[in-house]
Amino acid sequence: MPLLHIENLSVTFQTASGPFLAVDSVDFSVDAGERLAIVGESGSGKSVAMLAVMGLLPPTATVTADHMAFDGQDLRQLSRRARRRVVGGDIAMIFQEPMSSLNPCFTVGFQINEALSAHTDLTRSQRRERSVELLRSVGIPEPERRLSAFPHQLSGGMSQRVMIAMATACQPRLLIADEPTTALDVTIQAQILDLLVDLQKEHGMALILITHDMGVVAETAQRVVVQYAGQQVERQDVIGLFDAPHHPYTSALLDALPDRATGDRLPAIRGVVPGQGDRPNGCLFNPRCPYADDTCRTVVPPRQPAALGEALCHYPLNRAEQAA
Amino acid sequence: MTTIIEAANLSRVYEVRRGLFAEPGKVRALTEASFSVTAGTTLAVVGESGCGKSTLARLLTMIEPPSEGELVIDGHDVGKSGHSDLAALRKTVQIVFQNPYGSLNPRQKIGSILEEPLLINTDMPGKERREKAADMLQRVGLRPEHYARYPHMFSGGQRQRIAIARALMLDPKILVLDEPVSALDVSIQAQVLNILADLQEELGLTYIFISHDLSVVRFVADEVMVMYLGRPVEIAPVEAVFEQPLHPYTVALLSATPVADPRRPRQNIKLEGELPSPFNPPSGCPFHPRCRYAREKCAEIRPELTLHGPTRVACHGIDEGWIDYTAVPPGGGKAPMPDHAGTAPAERDESAVKSPETGGPL
Repeated sequence: MPLLHIENLSVTFQTASGPFLAVDSVDFSVDAGERLAIVGESGSGKSVAMLAVMGLLPPTATVTADHMAFDGQDLRQLSRRARRRVVGGDIAMIFQEPMSSLNPCFTVGFQINEALSAHTDLTRSQRRERSVELLRSVGIPEPERRLSAFPHQLSGGMSQRVMIAMATACQPRLLIADEPTTALDVTIQAQILDLLVDLQKEHGMALILITHDMGVVAETAQRVVVQYAGQQVERQDVIGLFDAPHHPYTSALLDALPDRATGDRLPAIRGVVPGQGDRPNGCLFNPRCPYADDTCRTVVPPRQPAALGEALCHYPLNRAEQAA
Repeated sequence: MTTIIEAANLSRVYEVRRGLFAEPGKVRALTEASFSVTAGTTLAVVGESGCGKSTLARLLTMIEPPSEGELVIDGHDVGKSGHSDLAALRKTVQIVFQNPYGSLNPRQKIGSILEEPLLINTDMPGKERREKAADMLQRVGLRPEHYARYPHMFSGGQRQRIAIARALMLDPKILVLDEPVSALDVSIQAQVLNILADLQEELGLTYIFISHDLSVVRFVADEVMVMYLGRPVEIAPVEAVFEQPLHPYTVALLSATPVADPRRPRQNIKLEGELPSPFNPPSGCPFHPRCRYAREKCAEIRPELTLHGPTRVACHGIDEGWIDYTAVPPGGGKAPMPDHAGTAPAERDESAVKSPETGGPL
């Protein structure tokens, strides 16, 4: 049984200009000890889907799902109270802006202690001991002294380490990292990604990594979900995705990376991601897709089999076949 | 091949008050940068936050005067030029900022955003201004009807095109691009990079491309300047930097950059610790507290930029030959870490200034 199992999750926001479908029937299933990456551009609904799992969306959002279970427990049936025990305890999340996700008014030690006292039965001195241990495990030098530091005294990389320490305080079984390194420098990014993968392996956690950076995906994930305009357009293991992307969007996204450039111009994807007002009919990618025909413009594409990356496309690419 | 920018020992010092009665601290944001740029090429400036990239941009655009050193732009010495000369010189250097959401006035229409530089700097009549703005919109891939719209009606990529168009209105020779694509999504980033390449070809522009993303740098740059803690540590043609980086910091930076290839083995050169406080930079080589090859000499004497093949690099190990990447190829096995490499200052507050790891000589 997968640790997190979600089927047909949709999130709609009520906005002044009408309902906005941010997440459009996505499915997830994550096993214990697995590293899944969700990759997509801004506005693809990758964060919103995870916030829906955590129950952190504002009241303007309507969340619907056929199935939404963590470790066999139906998250939709849980009372708010029971859900709070799961969220933060068994499922933890770290966010993009480490500087703004810590409370500037309280010391780091206080904030880690808060997570521990909410979810564990440890005594005060045990909690302090555990806090020191946690800070040490995320590679913060002089952890005892650092407990009394305020967030403004820490650099971005250190703040993100504190966030990771807080998130792993209760030994979660699933850690969701929402763009954990976007605000950080590359050398610090490498340190944080290593730390996340090490912690994940050590504790056998499942890790969901939300990112827009294909390089980060290639170096950390085992399985990848590609999202576009709220839909999952492709689901594959990481090697397969980079070797033979089946959805034209994935393929175009990889080609647009400067690392893969061959000529002196990049093969850019024309146009922009559709917004609330201009969602096209049929396949959402059709206005930007070089292969689109009339079927793509009118008929909603089917989900292809696993051999074709579960691509949401009428005409999935198959590089192996093309080569033959 | 004419040299359009020539900088010699360029420095910028900021005074920072650290309390009512305390002596003001001095931050050397940029120290003794010497480099030159050939007209029509792209110099990429690479480094982490706090390395002085943006200070360099402020000096080049003449927003701030250099504290020391000499800067010659298009044949004019910036330090010696008078007020009116500087005003004329400023027209030849224009800048595009990182965040297109913050750099366009939300209450101005695109047309007036584009025409403002002309209004201030030239006496061009309204009709010509309007024509020029429409022409520029087309050059950056926008449509004439966008002239009367407001910035909020555009996406990030389109706004960055508007910012580029605005920078080009005065027909500059040099464009300083301060992280122009780092706020954009990959597919949009590719569009903007292509436009920049087209414009450089058509107008013969010189770019100073400031970035932390090495994969983008590899694609756009002709020459690369790697900076660390306010100093250039390696200046080389782009092929040399990516094929045989010399400075240990460049090597570490390259190995830390994620590559979109899951088969590539994860590299093991990881920089420990973080950037030291610029209030009190380490003695000797600024990189020595984090460098795994560091020897005693590195803590005592600051290395100067010296020429090795096509590359100018500031490193004792390279000069004296005790750093040899052919023995341990970059990304190959793990070299033993010297003891002090693991302890680096982590705080930004004043205790970091006092901390022994960053502070005085080892």
